[in-house]
Amino acid sequence: MQDKLSIILFSGTVDKLMAASILATGAAAMGKEVNIFLTFWGLMGFRKDDWKTNNRLSADFTDYAAMVGSAMQQHQVPSWRQTLEDAMEVGSVHIYACGMTMDLFGLKLEQLEPIVTDVIGVAGFVSMADGGQTLFI
Amino acid sequence: MDNVVITKESDARGSFCPGPLMELIRMVKGGQVGEVFAVISSDAGSQKDIPAWVAKAGHEFLGSEPAEGAMRFLVRKAK
Repeated sequence: MQDKLSIILFSGTVDKLMAASILATGAAAMGKEVNIFLTFWGLMGFRKDDWKTNNRLSADFTDYAAMVGSAMQQHQVPSWRQTLEDAMEVGSVHIYACGMTMDLFGLKLEQLEPIVTDVIGVAGFVSMADGGQTLFI
Repeated sequence: MDNVVITKESDARGSFCPGPLMELIRMVKGGQVGEVFAVISSDAGSQKDIPAWVAKAGHEFLGSEPAEGAMRFLVRKAK
Protein backbone atom coordinates (compact mmCIF):
# COMPACT_ATOMS: atom_id res chain seq x y z
CA MET A 1 0.00 0.00 0.00
CA GLN A 2 1.26 3.46 -0.83
CA ASP A 3 1.94 5.41 2.31
CA LYS A 4 0.80 8.84 1.19
CA LEU A 5 -2.46 10.45 0.06
CA SER A 6 -2.48 13.97 -1.32
CA ILE A 7 -5.75 15.79 -1.87
CA ILE A 8 -6.01 18.91 -3.97
CA LEU A 9 -9.17 20.45 -2.59
CA PHE A 10 -10.47 22.87 -5.20
CA SER A 11 -14.16 22.76 -4.19
CA GLY A 12 -15.79 24.59 -1.31
CA THR A 13 -19.21 22.98 -1.40
CA VAL A 14 -20.27 20.94 1.61
CA ASP A 15 -20.77 17.69 -0.33
CA LYS A 16 -17.20 17.74 -1.63
CA LEU A 17 -15.72 19.01 1.63
CA MET A 18 -17.41 16.04 3.33
CA ALA A 19 -16.08 13.60 0.76
CA ALA A 20 -12.56 14.97 1.12
CA SER A 21 -12.67 14.96 4.93
CA ILE A 22 -13.98 11.39 5.14
CA LEU A 23 -11.36 10.13 2.67
CA ALA A 24 -8.68 11.94 4.65
CA THR A 25 -9.92 10.30 7.86
CA GLY A 26 -9.92 6.80 6.38
CA ALA A 27 -6.44 7.27 4.94
CA ALA A 28 -5.11 8.69 8.21
CA ALA A 29 -6.62 5.80 10.16
CA MET A 30 -4.91 3.34 7.81
CA GLY A 31 -1.58 4.94 8.59
CA LYS A 32 -1.12 7.05 5.48
CA GLU A 33 0.38 10.49 5.60
CA VAL A 34 -2.31 12.86 4.31
CA ASN A 35 -1.58 16.25 2.80
CA ILE A 36 -4.41 18.54 1.73
CA PHE A 37 -3.77 21.48 -0.57
CA LEU A 38 -6.52 24.11 -0.42
CA THR A 39 -6.96 26.10 -3.55
CA PHE A 40 -9.66 28.42 -4.94
CA TRP A 41 -13.10 27.50 -3.54
CA GLY A 42 -11.59 24.87 -1.32
CA LEU A 43 -9.56 27.56 0.39
CA MET A 44 -12.58 29.89 0.60
CA GLY A 45 -14.34 27.17 2.60
CA PHE A 46 -11.54 27.31 5.19
CA ARG A 47 -11.85 31.03 5.93
CA LYS A 48 -12.33 31.36 9.67
CA ASP A 49 -15.88 30.38 10.74
CA ASP A 50 -17.09 30.06 7.13
CA TRP A 51 -18.00 26.38 7.78
CA LYS A 52 -20.62 27.45 10.33
CA THR A 53 -22.77 29.03 7.65
CA ASN A 54 -21.61 27.08 4.60
CA ASN A 55 -24.55 25.20 3.10
CA ARG A 56 -23.37 25.46 -0.49
CA LEU A 57 -23.84 22.34 -2.61
CA SER A 58 -22.23 21.48 -5.94
CA ALA A 59 -24.22 23.03 -8.78
CA ASP A 60 -24.24 19.66 -10.60
CA PHE A 61 -26.25 18.11 -7.79
CA THR A 62 -28.75 20.81 -6.78
CA ASP A 63 -31.58 18.33 -7.50
CA TYR A 64 -30.52 16.57 -4.32
CA ALA A 65 -30.03 19.65 -2.15
CA ALA A 66 -33.24 19.38 -0.11
CA MET A 67 -32.82 15.63 0.41
CA VAL A 68 -29.20 15.96 1.52
CA GLY A 69 -29.95 18.82 3.89
CA SER A 70 -32.76 17.02 5.69
CA ALA A 71 -30.87 13.69 5.81
CA MET A 72 -27.81 15.34 7.36
CA GLN A 73 -29.92 17.12 9.93
CA GLN A 74 -31.99 14.06 10.75
CA HIS A 75 -28.94 11.85 11.31
CA GLN A 76 -26.90 14.60 12.96
CA VAL A 77 -23.93 13.91 10.71
CA PRO A 78 -20.81 15.57 12.13
CA SER A 79 -19.57 18.55 10.14
CA TRP A 80 -16.71 18.04 7.69
CA ARG A 81 -14.76 20.43 9.90
CA GLN A 82 -15.14 18.08 12.89
CA THR A 83 -14.32 15.05 10.73
CA LEU A 84 -11.04 16.68 9.69
CA GLU A 85 -10.15 17.39 13.28
CA ASP A 86 -10.82 13.72 14.09
CA ALA A 87 -8.54 12.73 11.22
CA MET A 88 -5.77 14.91 12.65
CA GLU A 89 -6.25 13.22 16.02
CA VAL A 90 -5.77 9.67 14.71
CA GLY A 91 -3.10 10.18 12.10
CA SER A 92 -0.74 12.42 10.22
CA VAL A 93 -2.86 15.01 8.41
CA HIS A 94 -1.58 18.37 7.24
CA ILE A 95 -3.57 21.12 5.60
CA TYR A 96 -1.90 23.75 3.46
CA ALA A 97 -3.20 26.90 1.82
CA CYS A 98 -2.32 27.65 -1.79
CA GLY A 99 -0.13 30.75 -1.93
CA MET A 100 -1.54 31.91 -5.24
CA THR A 101 -5.17 31.82 -4.00
CA MET A 102 -4.14 33.60 -0.79
CA ASP A 103 -2.61 36.42 -2.84
CA LEU A 104 -5.51 36.55 -5.29
CA PHE A 105 -8.11 37.03 -2.56
CA GLY A 106 -5.84 38.99 -0.23
CA LEU A 107 -6.03 36.37 2.55
CA LYS A 108 -3.63 35.89 5.45
CA LEU A 109 -2.99 32.64 7.34
CA GLU A 110 -4.58 34.05 10.51
CA GLN A 111 -7.84 34.59 8.60
CA LEU A 112 -8.14 30.85 8.02
CA GLU A 113 -9.29 28.05 10.31
CA PRO A 114 -6.47 27.15 12.73
CA ILE A 115 -6.27 23.60 11.30
CA VAL A 116 -4.56 25.15 8.24
CA THR A 117 -0.93 25.13 9.27
CA ASP A 118 0.98 26.78 6.45
CA VAL A 119 0.93 28.49 3.08
CA ILE A 120 2.77 26.69 0.31
CA GLY A 121 3.18 26.97 -3.46
CA VAL A 122 2.10 24.50 -6.09
CA ALA A 123 5.62 23.23 -6.73
CA GLY A 124 6.09 22.55 -3.04
CA PHE A 125 2.86 20.58 -2.92
CA VAL A 126 3.67 18.57 -6.05
CA SER A 127 6.99 17.67 -4.53
CA MET A 128 5.25 16.67 -1.28
CA ALA A 129 2.81 14.47 -3.23
CA ASP A 130 5.59 12.70 -5.12
CA GLY A 131 5.40 8.91 -4.89
CA GLY A 132 1.88 8.75 -3.40
CA GLN A 133 -1.72 8.90 -4.58
CA THR A 134 -3.18 12.28 -5.50
CA LEU A 135 -6.85 13.23 -5.71
CA PHE A 136 -8.38 16.38 -7.17
CA ILE A 137 -11.70 17.16 -5.52
CA MET B 1 -15.93 -14.71 22.85
CA ASP B 2 -17.88 -15.55 26.00
CA ASN B 3 -14.79 -15.62 28.19
CA VAL B 4 -13.36 -12.33 26.92
CA VAL B 5 -13.41 -9.50 29.44
CA ILE B 6 -14.15 -6.18 27.81
CA THR B 7 -12.22 -3.29 29.33
CA LYS B 8 -14.26 -0.59 27.66
CA GLU B 9 -17.15 -0.48 25.24
CA SER B 10 -18.49 2.31 23.07
CA ASP B 11 -21.99 2.33 21.65
CA ALA B 12 -21.58 4.04 18.28
CA ARG B 13 -24.95 3.00 16.86
CA GLY B 14 -26.35 5.66 14.59
CA SER B 15 -22.91 7.10 13.88
CA PHE B 16 -21.97 6.98 10.20
CA CYS B 17 -18.75 5.79 8.59
CA PRO B 18 -16.04 6.42 9.71
CA GLY B 19 -17.46 7.38 13.15
CA PRO B 20 -17.50 3.90 14.79
CA LEU B 21 -13.95 3.19 13.61
CA MET B 22 -12.83 6.53 15.05
CA GLU B 23 -14.44 5.64 18.39
CA LEU B 24 -12.54 2.35 18.41
CA ILE B 25 -9.23 4.01 17.49
CA ARG B 26 -9.64 6.52 20.33
CA MET B 27 -10.25 3.76 22.87
CA VAL B 28 -7.37 1.59 21.67
CA LYS B 29 -4.97 4.54 21.61
CA GLY B 30 -5.91 5.52 25.13
CA GLY B 31 -5.72 1.97 26.49
CA GLN B 32 -3.09 -0.45 27.77
CA VAL B 33 -1.58 -3.41 25.91
CA GLY B 34 -3.67 -6.53 26.50
CA GLU B 35 -6.92 -4.67 27.15
CA VAL B 36 -9.99 -5.52 25.05
CA PHE B 37 -12.14 -2.83 23.51
CA ALA B 38 -15.56 -3.15 21.96
CA VAL B 39 -17.54 -0.90 19.69
CA ILE B 40 -21.16 -1.40 18.69
CA SER B 41 -21.77 -0.18 15.17
CA SER B 42 -24.77 -0.02 12.86
CA ASP B 43 -22.59 1.20 9.99
CA ALA B 44 -22.38 -1.53 7.32
CA GLY B 45 -18.86 -0.36 6.38
CA SER B 46 -17.52 -1.32 9.82
CA GLN B 47 -17.55 -5.04 8.94
CA LYS B 48 -14.70 -4.49 6.51
CA ASP B 49 -13.19 -1.28 7.91
CA ILE B 50 -12.61 -2.39 11.48
CA PRO B 51 -10.74 -5.65 10.70
CA ALA B 52 -8.70 -3.77 8.04
CA TRP B 53 -7.67 -1.10 10.53
CA VAL B 54 -6.88 -3.64 13.25
CA ALA B 55 -4.62 -5.59 10.87
CA LYS B 56 -2.89 -2.45 9.66
CA ALA B 57 -2.39 -1.07 13.15
CA GLY B 58 -1.06 -4.43 14.39
CA HIS B 59 -3.68 -5.25 17.02
CA GLU B 60 -5.72 -8.44 17.42
CA PHE B 61 -9.23 -8.74 16.01
CA LEU B 62 -11.22 -11.03 18.29
CA GLY B 63 -14.34 -11.09 16.13
CA SER B 64 -17.82 -9.65 15.92
CA GLU B 65 -21.25 -10.65 17.20
CA PRO B 66 -24.79 -9.33 16.88
CA ALA B 67 -25.64 -6.83 19.63
CA GLU B 68 -28.43 -4.34 20.25
CA GLY B 69 -29.75 -4.75 16.72
CA ALA B 70 -26.29 -3.96 15.34
CA MET B 71 -22.83 -5.57 15.53
CA ARG B 72 -20.29 -5.58 18.35
CA PHE B 73 -16.62 -5.67 17.32
CA LEU B 74 -13.93 -6.77 19.77
CA VAL B 75 -10.28 -5.84 19.56
CA ARG B 76 -7.34 -6.56 21.84
CA LYS B 77 -4.64 -3.89 21.98
CA ALA B 78 -1.45 -5.72 21.05
CA LYS B 79 1.22 -3.02 21.23
